[in-house]
Amino acid sequence: MASDKPRPGAPNRAGLTIEAYKGRPSTLCNGCGHDAISNQLVRAFYEYGIDPAEVVKFSGIGCSSKTPAYFLGRSFGFNTIHGRMPSVATGALVANRRLKGLAVSGDGDTASIGIGQFVHAMRRNIPLIYILENNGVYGLTKGQFSATADRGSRLKGGGANELPPVDCCALAIELGCGYVARSFAGDPKQLSALLKGAIGHRGTAFIDVLSPCVTFNNHEGSTKSYPYLKGAEEWLHDVGFIPYFEQIAVDYADGTTREIALHDGSRLTLGKLEREYDPTDRLGALAKLRASSEGGTFLTGLFYIHGGKPDFTELLDLDDEPLSALPPERVRPSRGAFERILARLR
Amino acid sequence: MEQTSNSRNTGSVINDFSIQIATVNGSGSQSANAILMRAIFRMGIPVSGKNIFPSNISGLPTWYAIRVSERGYAARKAGIDIGVALNPHSAREDALAVSPGGVLLAESALGLGKLRDDVHCYEVPFSRLAEEVTDNFRLRRLLANMVYVGALTRLLSIDPAEVDAAIRRQFPDKAGAVELNLRALEAGRSHAERHLEKTDPFRLEPRTLTRGRILIDGNGAAALGAMFGGCTVASWYPITPSTSLMEQLQGFMREFRTDPRTLKASFAIIQAEDELAALGMVVGAGWAGARAMTATSGPGISLMAEFSGLAYFAEIPAVVWDVQRLGPSTGLPTRTSQGDLLSCYFLSHGDTRHILLLPATPGECFDFAQQAFNLAERFQTPVICMSDLDLGMNDWVAEEFPYPDHIPLDRGKVLREPDLGAMADFARYLDTDGDGVCPRTLPGNRHPAAPYFTRGSGHNPKAEYSERPGDYARLMERLARKIRGAVPSLPPPVIADGAGGPVGIVAWGSTHAAAQEARDRLREEHGLETGYLRLRSLPPGEDTVRFLERHERVYVVEQNRDGQMRAILQIEFPAAAARLRSVLHCDGIPVDAGSIAGSILEWERKGEDHGE
Ligand SMILES: Cc1ncc(C[n+]2csc(CCOP(=O)(O)OP(=O)(O)O)c2C)c(N)n1
Ligand code: SF4
Ligand SMILES: [Mg+2]
Repeated sequence: MASDKPRPGAPNRAGLTIEAYKGRPSTLCNGCGHDAISNQLVRAFYEYGIDPAEVVKFSGIGCSSKTPAYFLGRSFGFNTIHGRMPSVATGALVANRRLKGLAVSGDGDTASIGIGQFVHAMRRNIPLIYILENNGVYGLTKGQFSATADRGSRLKGGGANELPPVDCCALAIELGCGYVARSFAGDPKQLSALLKGAIGHRGTAFIDVLSPCVTFNNHEGSTKSYPYLKGAEEWLHDVGFIPYFEQIAVDYADGTTREIALHDGSRLTLGKLEREYDPTDRLGALAKLRASSEGGTFLTGLFYIHGGKPDFTELLDLDDEPLSALPPERVRPSRGAFERILARLR
Repeated sequence: MEQTSNSRNTGSVINDFSIQIATVNGSGSQSANAILMRAIFRMGIPVSGKNIFPSNISGLPTWYAIRVSERGYAARKAGIDIGVALNPHSAREDALAVSPGGVLLAESALGLGKLRDDVHCYEVPFSRLAEEVTDNFRLRRLLANMVYVGALTRLLSIDPAEVDAAIRRQFPDKAGAVELNLRALEAGRSHAERHLEKTDPFRLEPRTLTRGRILIDGNGAAALGAMFGGCTVASWYPITPSTSLMEQLQGFMREFRTDPRTLKASFAIIQAEDELAALGMVVGAGWAGARAMTATSGPGISLMAEFSGLAYFAEIPAVVWDVQRLGPSTGLPTRTSQGDLLSCYFLSHGDTRHILLLPATPGECFDFAQQAFNLAERFQTPVICMSDLDLGMNDWVAEEFPYPDHIPLDRGKVLREPDLGAMADFARYLDTDGDGVCPRTLPGNRHPAAPYFTRGSGHNPKAEYSERPGDYARLMERLARKIRGAVPSLPPPVIADGAGGPVGIVAWGSTHAAAQEARDRLREEHGLETGYLRLRSLPPGEDTVRFLERHERVYVVEQNRDGQMRAILQIEFPAAAARLRSVLHCDGIPVDAGSIAGSILEWERKGEDHGE
């Protein structure tokens, strides 16, 4: 489907060239999957024309969590502590509800030390794009297994993982997250569409992106290596994206494509592959994930979407004005109120 | 006891005694005790109440200790002048605990009448009288409490009109409850009138000493302070004894900080999944420009350690209330303590030293709750307020708080778009003013130079990643300078009779009540004059070290095992270290004046030999 994305040298809808979406040079290992994801984030935000001043970046600790320094250099960012990024993001996004949250975490950061905060973030539906850069190991501490390592996968230095992996997509769906997808750092086209879909979604969007660690988990016997994942990837559907500002009508051959409308009017197009898949069916999504993990396939695509759920700032009935910007008279009750309270205590 | 011997001369003890009520928790004695306290307060007599309760929802012994004191002493009084025994499981011990010459008011069914011949014993069938008021089994249990209030009303000459008013106030909009409680009260009162012949000397007489005062718990005062201090985000995880701070904050905020037209809130209160997340949310909110706080107790403080260090190092405002209790996990979670001081002062890993505020009264809880936000934002750092169970959960008579016009909201050095002007580059951690406090920008600022990347790892003045030794060393030096520079802005110590002399006393927090009284006793009963300094914040400043230097021996009084404040003063002022001695109390029950005075006298008598 033809979509005329801005050429990287040209200004986008926000009047910015792609340079405005880049960050500092990466210090990760050459070929690290995380860098491929950073590149897609730069492109997606540029092509979407999002004003970087409206975005805040968050991360925990890990190689993956370093990456917010390498994209969206004109956005505020916070590299927090290991496994606790969701709480910081929650606080910041509640303090200023006009901000768009973009979070990056690792599989250690999310599925091991941070599983508690991950779970509660999914429950709260904070307005946050949550990207899990999943390599099955702790990169930054030199290659120990994380909780997403597949059973039987082998470490570089020998030794196989005996424990079942945590499936963060299944957890996210279970806990009510309204946008749950899985992708692959080696599949830029699909990743780009899913990232843009996440930008157009309101509430928490969770994307588990398999992102090989070329230094510690890219060997024979690993189920998170580039060669293994390339061979094993199966598309649930062919994902495309049509932004709200390109209202092109597309003709699909009957029944071949499903369109999903997003909060801001953009559309995700899901080209059906061999069989029916309904990404609005929560139980069906869970069953599909279960079947895929049991069958040992690496399934990617948009597993589940449910728009229209109130996000956490709405549940809190927050003032439209950011809490951080309320003037003193809005946050200090009057002398009259004070007198009424004192009268109760006399 | 002084008062009792006093009474033998005059025949009666007026407005100066303690009442201890022994009941079972979950039996509804709390509202009866609150009514009793308020009625006495409304009679114009200074009164304090201490709830000594178990970590349990229902069925274990609980005690409520009321003290009336014309001199306004609010610390726990050692010795029970009037004991009220309702709990069959602790009846014997409760009866034996009454001081000789005191009063035992006991449930007749407990059969305590003959146990003591050195106290005035009155037996009242509280349960049977309650049965006559209602035949609802559950209510009877509750109403038995009002029956003892009725008996005390008669025995102590409490103004019945004030009890009446206190009952109505306790159950607003519940006419049925008011009616039943009034009847139970009357049952107790008229029984006492008809059957009890007063032989004891204890009596209340109206005064005007509580005019212009309020009755409030420290947690309620802190919650009010937080609301009037412009708190916008609060995140917490329930833990006694801090829970009532957050729950009261929630109540006040819903009532006074919801826009009546739009019904939108100018605040967010979030119950987090644990204390890690609670402080994480506060840090995120503070970073984004909210006035954010949390409240917790010791175990929660431990969980907040990592984030405290991050906030200190990345320079993010955060307010934490530590309402201290005893011991870890299920230790004695409903008992008071001042045992978190050292861990809070240095909370986290690496070099940290936090600003601590040390409120001693509800008035200071109100005040410091506001100042904490100002200090946190001004110095871009966590500020920890050290309250405790005694201060936080018990009711105290306090001067009416003034409307806080005199504490304007200080939002610190924040650069908005116009302030950045033509700046091409903004360096977040550049000490432009030389005071260690670097101007910050807030997310949402659209100026192209405004954004920066906050990190816990090493950074240079431009907020760039740096592992250079010099960058780290300079940053740590600046942070130390920043916190030192904050000292003149912190609540200064309160000094009384501090001109100098052989003996000085230092106290902090809720220990103040007993320390003050101990000084009076030392002076009046033993002729020992003492200078007094009460710390209201850390790090300590010049005033404190001067005070230490002016006294040969300084007793640091606190409610923990190892003398934590003494240790801090010794670290901060090594030259004065040898003068400092600890007077300690840590059994979970609020300290009393007698034991402080006793320890000091013992030290003084034994001089230098006193073993340490
Ligand atoms: C509290 C705490 N414990 C341990 C560490 C050490 N640590 C740093 S990164 C990391 C694992 C990161 O793994 P992951 O999140 O998968 O990120 P990756 O490096 O693989 O991208 C660990 C254990 C830490 N920084 N903090
Ligand atoms: S160690 Fe692995 S995860 Fe870390 S940067 Fe290198 S390749 Fe990437
Ligand atoms: Mg990893």
